[in-house]
Amino acid sequence: MSEWRYWLNEQRGTLMGLAIFLLMFSVYIANHPAGLTVNVVETAANKGVLLAFIAMAQALVVITAGIDLSVGMIFVLTNCIASWIVVGTPMQTALGVAGVLLAGAACGAINGLLVIYGRLQPIVVTIATGAIYFGVALLLRPFPGGSVNEDLADALTGRLFGTIPTSLVALLVVVLLVWLPFRGSEIGRAAYAAGSSETAAFMSGVPIRRARFAAYTLAGLLAGIGGLFLTFFTYTGEAAFASGSGYTLWSIAAVVLGGVSLYGGRGSAVGAIFGAFAARTTGDMLFVFDVDPLWQPLLQGMVLLVAVSIGAIGLLRVRSRLDWFQ
Amino acid sequence: MTEATENKTSLRARLPAPFRRIDPAVLIAFGCILLLLFLGSLYSSNFLSLEYLLQQLKVASFLGVIAAGMMLVILLGQIDLSVPWVMTMGAMMACAVAGFGTGGMILAIPFGIFCGMVFGLLNGFGVAYMRIPSMIVTLATNVVAQGLMVLYTGGFSPQDSAPEAMRWLATGFIIPGVPNAILVWAAISAAMVFLLTRTTFGRSVYGIGNSERAAYLSGIDTRRIVMIAFAVSGALSAFGGVLLAGYASKAAQAMGDAYLLPSIAAVVLGGTSILGGRGSYLGTVAGVILITLLQSILSVMQMPEAGRQIVYGIVIIVMLLLYGRGPASP
Repeated sequence: MSEWRYWLNEQRGTLMGLAIFLLMFSVYIANHPAGLTVNVVETAANKGVLLAFIAMAQALVVITAGIDLSVGMIFVLTNCIASWIVVGTPMQTALGVAGVLLAGAACGAINGLLVIYGRLQPIVVTIATGAIYFGVALLLRPFPGGSVNEDLADALTGRLFGTIPTSLVALLVVVLLVWLPFRGSEIGRAAYAAGSSETAAFMSGVPIRRARFAAYTLAGLLAGIGGLFLTFFTYTGEAAFASGSGYTLWSIAAVVLGGVSLYGGRGSAVGAIFGAFAARTTGDMLFVFDVDPLWQPLLQGMVLLVAVSIGAIGLLRVRSRLDWFQ
Repeated sequence: MTEATENKTSLRARLPAPFRRIDPAVLIAFGCILLLLFLGSLYSSNFLSLEYLLQQLKVASFLGVIAAGMMLVILLGQIDLSVPWVMTMGAMMACAVAGFGTGGMILAIPFGIFCGMVFGLLNGFGVAYMRIPSMIVTLATNVVAQGLMVLYTGGFSPQDSAPEAMRWLATGFIIPGVPNAILVWAAISAAMVFLLTRTTFGRSVYGIGNSERAAYLSGIDTRRIVMIAFAVSGALSAFGGVLLAGYASKAAQAMGDAYLLPSIAAVVLGGTSILGGRGSYLGTVAGVILITLLQSILSVMQMPEAGRQIVYGIVIIVMLLLYGRGPASP
């Protein structure tokens, strides 16, 4: 019985994220003229997975009490790389995919090295590396263009057995292959410990540095997967600054909606995925209510503001006013 | 480790008195400015001409005004991500009010700044009283400000042009040869130095940045101070937008996007700790000039945008590795 309560306490943020998403999505579906059809779900899934990958990346870093403001730029950079090398025969395409993922992981590893071994603050470092990654993306694609292996792209953005969106399956595979092994491993527990209390983790002999390095590298890898999928959706590569910074900002929003604490040590990448889908559904909501598209950013902002304010309810339970200040 | 510290202190002790108190980060930043000017002068002697330097200071003044507000927030250990659209909103609202006859003309600039202050207060309330992390509150208010402006303009560039007063403030001359924008920046800088070093408010900001708990226990109303600091930051962002609109003679969509990251970078390059509590305003001025000069020299050298971004990122990282490093072990 008590173990069950521990589990519930640990997953509270994730469940909250799931609840927000389910609420929004059911309102969306209930008002959608077509209702819950395969097409509607597929479109929603394809829109959501991109942000979901970026939000997972952000979640990994945020759990270690860091922040990665370059995820959006890694996303754009890997999109540009993919539009060059994910082409040709199946063999070449496979090598290209591996190359893109490697590039993403390398970007993340550079962030990790600078933050951990350079002992710099993650906010500033990732602003700077973000500028560098965007510069490289612009070198690769001064103008939008390029192409991608369309067979693979169509296979990964269509439907499985005619009903399930393949992009969702891909997301699930990534969760199973990247997130779950990470969370269960010694390194993953160390990442939580480092985010929760770095000093206590250090005193207990937890491998903090390796854990944080792994988190940053995996974040780069996940952003790279996101970039790869962006290429599959658009068939081109484009070094778009607005897209990169937009994804970075919305990844932070998604992480918070998904119940990951920005102070570190709490939450999960699965919660971030729900947060990402909730954030995306807000944008779509206006279509079904037939609102002027001009209202979209304002309503999105209001929803975001209300959602983050919900967290403030916890203040009412604080017994000592000193607990206000972390 | 201790040897190095002793060495540093003894070196500092040997300096003449006025220099002893200056943060080494500020010295490095000013050194880098001189180095940049030297490298630029090798490329073209125009870089040392008075007109060029004044022109750079004028361009720097927009970033300088915004960075002043950002610094106040960073000193608290917080961050303000709402700069881009609060800035655009200040500019658009000032231009819009100016359309209402003479009264509008007079109220244009104050109203623009007032709008920024309202959003700053909203940020401050969220951070100080609702205890939401500043990164997420300011992110949300940024989206709200964007939403309001998109709704107001219909997604197009607004038609109102900047009134005479705004243009004069940004490009006119009270002192012949020195653009007014530089004077505005100088005035705000003087006010910031006074605020940070000579007032209870300023000292409280440093105190809260070091430990909000300790500041609270010392009897400081920390929540009020944090809220005011965010309001000032919002007002200064909007004022920066007003100046920029005066310079470009109209407000534009997304005019503030290029100012968020440089303003954070300028504050940090000037030696202010992103964790709060440490930093001098002189450093922020150095950081602003450094970033403006770097951007200008790269564009004069006709380096493509891609190369500029890469050099910009590398310079920030190298400078941080020089003096922004944290303690050796947790």
